[in-house]
Amino acid sequence: MAPRIGVVVFPGSNCEHDVVRGVEAAGAEGVLLWHGDTQLGAVDAVVLPGGFAHGDYLRPGALARFSPVMEAVADFARAGGPVIGICNGFQVLTEAGLLPGALQKNGRLRFLCEPVRLVVVSTASVLTSTSMVGDELVIPINHFSGNYTCDAETLLRLQSEDRIVLRYADNPNGSIDAIAGIANEAGNVVGLMPHPERATSALLGSEDGLVLLRSLVAATATKVN
Amino acid sequence: MKFRARVEVQLRAGIADPEGATIERALPALGFDGVAHVRAGRSFSFEVEAPDEGSARTTATELADRLLANPVIEQSRLELEPI
Repeated sequence: MAPRIGVVVFPGSNCEHDVVRGVEAAGAEGVLLWHGDTQLGAVDAVVLPGGFAHGDYLRPGALARFSPVMEAVADFARAGGPVIGICNGFQVLTEAGLLPGALQKNGRLRFLCEPVRLVVVSTASVLTSTSMVGDELVIPINHFSGNYTCDAETLLRLQSEDRIVLRYADNPNGSIDAIAGIANEAGNVVGLMPHPERATSALLGSEDGLVLLRSLVAATATKVN
Repeated sequence: MKFRARVEVQLRAGIADPEGATIERALPALGFDGVAHVRAGRSFSFEVEAPDEGSARTTATELADRLLANPVIEQSRLELEPI
């Protein structure tokens, strides 16, 4: 049976259907989960999709972290379940304290919507296990607040613990150390600003996102639950 | 007792503030000279019902630190007055 990947819908999410299609292209079944639910049901992985959860009021992700579903997501993550936050989902994960650091407004205050070149830095995460270190992937970004920042001590830890998952080849938004995606200590929680679900077909310009989504699907087989 | 709280949230010193920098760059063109170190921020106000000023301050501070500001990049300043 295909693994079930839950995609959380917050009021204002807008990439959930793309993510469902993306994970289905990678061999899983995608199911939508509502932010107001307190349980995840029978899912093998969770994705927090892009968009504007709760209108991005206050700060992107600041209010979404109080959505009832987030406690279940945190429990699932602590139990080793794979959790991915894409774009706004990454912002939610940092606000919820499931990943360190924060995402600030882009340097030079530009909204960026374009394909970018990414370099795989670590394969010790549920999102990159089937790729190779040094692989270059072309995947679109679409954000105003994607400028990753953290204190010097956190950056050193991310570097020394192999938790920088993806870097930009040409840093578009001013992120510290050109970080495009990071993982938690165990590698089962990953946040990234680029949208792998928008790069799943050559017809759409790139299918480089598939290697990431296939890694996620592969991770559901080894998850401890 | 009722208190009115005003919370000012700004980026921490040392965190780049592109909004403040952009405002600062626009100033000479408008004829404002000698203005420096512009920092952008936000301000919030709300009312707190509490038995005394100490507990109102505790509530407002916790609210500011847990929600209004992201302590990773921002700091908050609280002003409280009885109403």
